[in-house]
Amino acid sequence: MSDYKKKNPVWDWLTTVDHKKIGILYLVSGAFFFLLGGLEAILLRVQLLYPEFDFVGAATFNQLLTMHGTTMIFLAAMPLIFGFMNAIIPLQIGARDVAFPFINSLGFWLFSAGGILLNLGWFMGGAPDAGWTGYAPLSTTSPGNGVDFYVLGLQISGIGTLIGGINFLVTIINMRAPGMTFMRMPLFTWSSFITSGLILFAFPALTIGLALLMFDRLFGTQFFAAEAGGNPIIYEHLFWIFGHPEVYILVLPAFGMFSEIIATFSRKRLFGYSAMVFATALIGFLGFMVWVHHMFTVGLGPIANSIFAVATMLIAVPTGVKIFNWLFTMWGGKVSFPTANLFAVGFIPSFVLGGMTGVMLSVPPADYQYHDSYFVVAHFHYVIVGGVVFGLFAGFYYWWPKIFGTVLNEFLGKLHFWLFFIGFHLTFFPMHFLGLMGMPRRVYTYLSGQSLDEANFAATIGAFLMGIATIVMVWNIIQTAVKGKKAGNDPWDGRTLEWAISSPAPEYNFAQTPLIRGLDAWWLEKRAGNKVMVPAEPLDDIHMPDASILPFVMSLGLFIAGLAAIYSMWIIAIGGLVLTVVGMVLRSVIDYHGYHIHKEDLPAEGGKGK
Amino acid sequence: MSAKETMSKLPANPERATLDGKNKFLGFWFFLGGETVLFASLFGVYLGLRNSTNGGVTSNELFELPLVFIATMILLTSSLTSVFATMALKTNHFKRMIGWFVVTAILGLGFLGLEIYEFNHYVHEYGHTMQSSAWGSAFYTLVGTHGAHVTAGIVWIALLIFRNMRRGMDLYTAPKFYLFALYWHFIDVVWIFIFTVVYLMGKVG
Repeated sequence: MSDYKKKNPVWDWLTTVDHKKIGILYLVSGAFFFLLGGLEAILLRVQLLYPEFDFVGAATFNQLLTMHGTTMIFLAAMPLIFGFMNAIIPLQIGARDVAFPFINSLGFWLFSAGGILLNLGWFMGGAPDAGWTGYAPLSTTSPGNGVDFYVLGLQISGIGTLIGGINFLVTIINMRAPGMTFMRMPLFTWSSFITSGLILFAFPALTIGLALLMFDRLFGTQFFAAEAGGNPIIYEHLFWIFGHPEVYILVLPAFGMFSEIIATFSRKRLFGYSAMVFATALIGFLGFMVWVHHMFTVGLGPIANSIFAVATMLIAVPTGVKIFNWLFTMWGGKVSFPTANLFAVGFIPSFVLGGMTGVMLSVPPADYQYHDSYFVVAHFHYVIVGGVVFGLFAGFYYWWPKIFGTVLNEFLGKLHFWLFFIGFHLTFFPMHFLGLMGMPRRVYTYLSGQSLDEANFAATIGAFLMGIATIVMVWNIIQTAVKGKKAGNDPWDGRTLEWAISSPAPEYNFAQTPLIRGLDAWWLEKRAGNKVMVPAEPLDDIHMPDASILPFVMSLGLFIAGLAAIYSMWIIAIGGLVLTVVGMVLRSVIDYHGYHIHKEDLPAEGGKGK
Repeated sequence: MSAKETMSKLPANPERATLDGKNKFLGFWFFLGGETVLFASLFGVYLGLRNSTNGGVTSNELFELPLVFIATMILLTSSLTSVFATMALKTNHFKRMIGWFVVTAILGLGFLGLEIYEFNHYVHEYGHTMQSSAWGSAFYTLVGTHGAHVTAGIVWIALLIFRNMRRGMDLYTAPKFYLFALYWHFIDVVWIFIFTVVYLMGKVG
């Protein structure tokens, strides 16, 4: 381990299996794709600034809207959530590491290989243009290679997400510190646990949907070709069997973040902890039985539509439970409003609006009116931006000190919040009315004289405001990186275990595994007058996993295989697959025994904090 | 305590006696849960397309149950031999375990040979291909994905046997072999469903 410190930093980041570093890798790449997706959104809005405006044109507009949706869901929101899960969950449950550090690293590199492959379309003859849903037969007959980038890029990054989900399920079940029972786990850990379960059971359906799409496009199969007996509706089912749980995969961790942040800044225990846990589990469970509400107008019949409509409406109940629990947590608390809590509190009315339109959309006869209109666009941006993005921003300001050891500037943070909050509502609120007035989604322009001009103009101004807000955030990050003030171990007077150790956390997290004595473990110890957690074990040598370049090599192999397959260069594609398999074989035959950090080498405080 | 148990230095469940083993054990079960959804999706697709023959050969004309029956028996027997191997693992008989896993792999190869023969037969005698009809696409994708799993399993166990031949049984090698046995059973269960949904329903359904 002495040569560990001498490592070349690039090599270190390529081979790291430390969950905190992998978390940072996820956050950085997620942020990059978030900026990219945001830029695409602004280009879309500029195209819609005026009626019959010619800014990017129809073909580019289709590519932009496809890539905006795909990027934001798969390449921005997912990795940002995985970034927080990696950076925070092992700390919250008192673990030294995740269950599968190697697989964790592999998950990240597969995600990034897929993300890069997906975006290569821009430079290699056209990006995907069949919508983020990639419905057949539009996607199977789309000319050029664009959709092939979509299919293979998502396939590769999807495998990464799936194995990442398994890693977190096992980590949370097996690696909890003594006394950290399930019903003492912080809500972010709980919601990430349920999200990981959803990933496990939802992503394979996407894997199959994309695989069949790939077969139809590259190998001439007939799955979705109606003229040869195929059935394009099957793709819609597969996509939404994955796609609906996916929205809960995104929003549940955000719910978990809000639960932590609102409790911390209300200086109160979370109201209705166990109701919160069960509501999360129930949302996760019901999330699998509502996918047909995306397909009400397909014509599956009144019985199917009714069943799925009722199931959809049911989800409003546990979600409502959560909303009231957050409100009751604040009620009577000593509420303060740093940026993290502004985003958390700003989320509540925004998300409620999205939830209400969700219930409206769940009524099939009404859905026939709303379907494929801007009303739907307004709805899902209210839940995804108002829920997921607000959550990510809140978590970003809240956990930044723990991850990087500095505190973000509060003035710039608040400016970011207000610009973003106003811009968000200005963009998406008018879209409800655009939709009700009949403006269809995914169409590159509209005619003048149909009362659509003003609302579209306002929406574009709002998009600019969100863009400016994001620039403020980037400026804040740069400022903080250059001359940010050092964070203490516990800058927010936190409640959960991650605040009991130094910022940033040492490589081994806990020098001694802590003993957990109740919910809000760190808060309890502080109230009992303790400066550190009570250790559950004597100080001893700490076992650490070996770094490895193999995850990178295996992902590179799949990247090469995917890229070559798009151009039907089968020899190279097989070469790429062989590279991946060789990586797997090496992983199997080489023994990774890890190494030890000796207890004599630990800092004097033993990582217990100062 | 019997003499045999005293001699054995390994605990009762060597495959999950360490934290690493426990993690692998649980993680692999989750992985199989994901695989279940994967195959369930393929079965759903198959059920939706099994009558879409595009005017070509139908399943009733195509399938020959004796061949499929032999393949099924071979695969079921290989599952039994992997149980014997797991029993040897639990009682710390390394050589016996390796022996049974070798038999398992050979039976797996036999199954694979029959499947290759079957596919070849369908393509060349009946013109039933992945491109000929939506049913053909669904058939080769479902059964072929299973066949790919069998192939991966054979490569996996061959690698494990080759790598660990001289090392014997310990808490480090036991989880590796145990997980393969779990995987092999899973493949077997999937085949039971393929036999029922594809072949039997194709004949009489």
